[in-house]
Amino acid sequence: MTSVDSPTTPGEVAGSDRPLVEVNGVSHSYGGPVVLDHIHLSIEAGSFLGIIGPSGSGKTTLLRIILGNLTPTLGTVQRQPARRVAYVPQVETVNWNFPITVSEVVLMSRPSSARRPWATAAERRDVSLVLEQLGLGGLEDRHIRELSGGQQQRVFLARALHRQPDLLVLDEPTSGVDVRTRHEVVHLLTDLHRDGMAVVLTTHDINGLATHLPRIACVNRELIAIGSPRDVLTPQVLERTYGAPMEVLEHGGLLLVTDSPLGTS
Amino acid sequence: MNLFEPFQFAFFRNGIIVAVLAGAICGLIGVYVVLRQMSYIGHGLSHSIFGGAAASAVLSVNFYLGAGVWGLLSALMIGRVARRGKIGSDAAIGVITTASFAMGLALSNVFGQAKRSIDAVLFGSILGVGGSDVIAVVGAGVLSVVVIYACYRQLLFATFDPEVADVSGVNVARMEALLMLMLATTILFTMKVMGVLLISAMLVTPAATARMMTNSFSRMLTIAPIIGALCGGVGMLLSYHIDVSPGATIILLASTVFLVVFTVTGSRGRRNVGDLAHH
Repeated sequence: MTSVDSPTTPGEVAGSDRPLVEVNGVSHSYGGPVVLDHIHLSIEAGSFLGIIGPSGSGKTTLLRIILGNLTPTLGTVQRQPARRVAYVPQVETVNWNFPITVSEVVLMSRPSSARRPWATAAERRDVSLVLEQLGLGGLEDRHIRELSGGQQQRVFLARALHRQPDLLVLDEPTSGVDVRTRHEVVHLLTDLHRDGMAVVLTTHDINGLATHLPRIACVNRELIAIGSPRDVLTPQVLERTYGAPMEVLEHGGLLLVTDSPLGTS
Repeated sequence: MNLFEPFQFAFFRNGIIVAVLAGAICGLIGVYVVLRQMSYIGHGLSHSIFGGAAASAVLSVNFYLGAGVWGLLSALMIGRVARRGKIGSDAAIGVITTASFAMGLALSNVFGQAKRSIDAVLFGSILGVGGSDVIAVVGAGVLSVVVIYACYRQLLFATFDPEVADVSGVNVARMEALLMLMLATTILFTMKVMGVLLISAMLVTPAATARMMTNSFSRMLTIAPIIGALCGGVGMLLSYHIDVSPGATIILLASTVFLVVFTVTGSRGRRNVGDLAHH
């Protein structure tokens, strides 16, 4: 692994003594070839990490191990007890035809305080507040299919935020959304990180999302590199990660990763 | 013709109470069955329980005890075969439940004296419905309502998004076990009136009809039992007057309601119910 991590990254909360999640020497196989090999990774309170890699590189498996949905074949995962984790799945995996309204989606993330099906006045107020915060005020009774792409993504973010998590985990949050929605999501996640929430996400979108993050992990079965985009996004690391030559340009202070034309690498 | 003439008979009064409650419970549980695409499990479980019902009739064992234990054993066997991974759970359900059903039919052929009660289990009957059956159905209804009331959000979360529910602290395996328990109890305690061959339709039709009428889960959970109960009650009355088995009459009525709602709700309703199989 190319370790180019700095001790603290922008936005990290100083003084946090133990990581929220610590992945130690984790390997995993679904009964066939190894999909993750000897991964070490720690997620500190208030950190913001993007995991990139090609399809089938083990990103989602790593995410599921971090979440505790999957027990690794080898290695250990330590989590801070009593820390709340919220997960936003890929929008493509959501059943948009399920008969459910926006407020019903958001409410399900917390057990009923009064042990009854309907929401209390306090719960309704909390739901309205989180929907307002995400620009979804007044859409409580809408069916989820009746929303725009950006609104749909934000409903599931609202469900996660309603849990008031310490760690927010997102799988491909900008997959299948338009440019405007992608900007909305990036700004929203940046604001949440600034407020102290730890965020971990996977993405295929290097230029639209990964280059804007303070810390990136390149994964392709193994952890190839981890650090700031400027340190990690190099042609060498990207070629090891994606198995194809890539170029890194700089435009207006931002990094731009492009496919390298055949024979020029 | 006096519409209320059958109410003078105790067996009919018991029968209509059971039919209304059975319709309501099937509608309620059917919401989860339809949204989780479990209708094949419901269909298989009812066929499997038939084997136990036939064996109970032949051995003169209590119907609920024999059919209940048989259903539980079948469910365990389905789980065991499916876990071995060589065949899928749908194939395991197909093999085990049809074998159980065939055994019920074989028992019916060999022991002719049990034929009448086996026919009643297959096609539904109100003749054998007594006070204990009413109590059993009330018990199944109370169990379902209490479980759904107490675990409403967890059940909804586990149905809508099991992976995220698991991360969010919902015990998804327990919720699935509770649903299977409610489904098995519902089938066991309502199959006398509805009949093994028709009960799976009652688990699906009111819920599918309710899905066409609303886009809200909580409203669907209210509408489906109302449709089920109405079809149960009205179907039972019709069954007496037209002299057709109650199970068949109730299902035909529920199917008619489905068709009417399908037509009235237009493309929106058709899209909602069509999407039940495509997610």
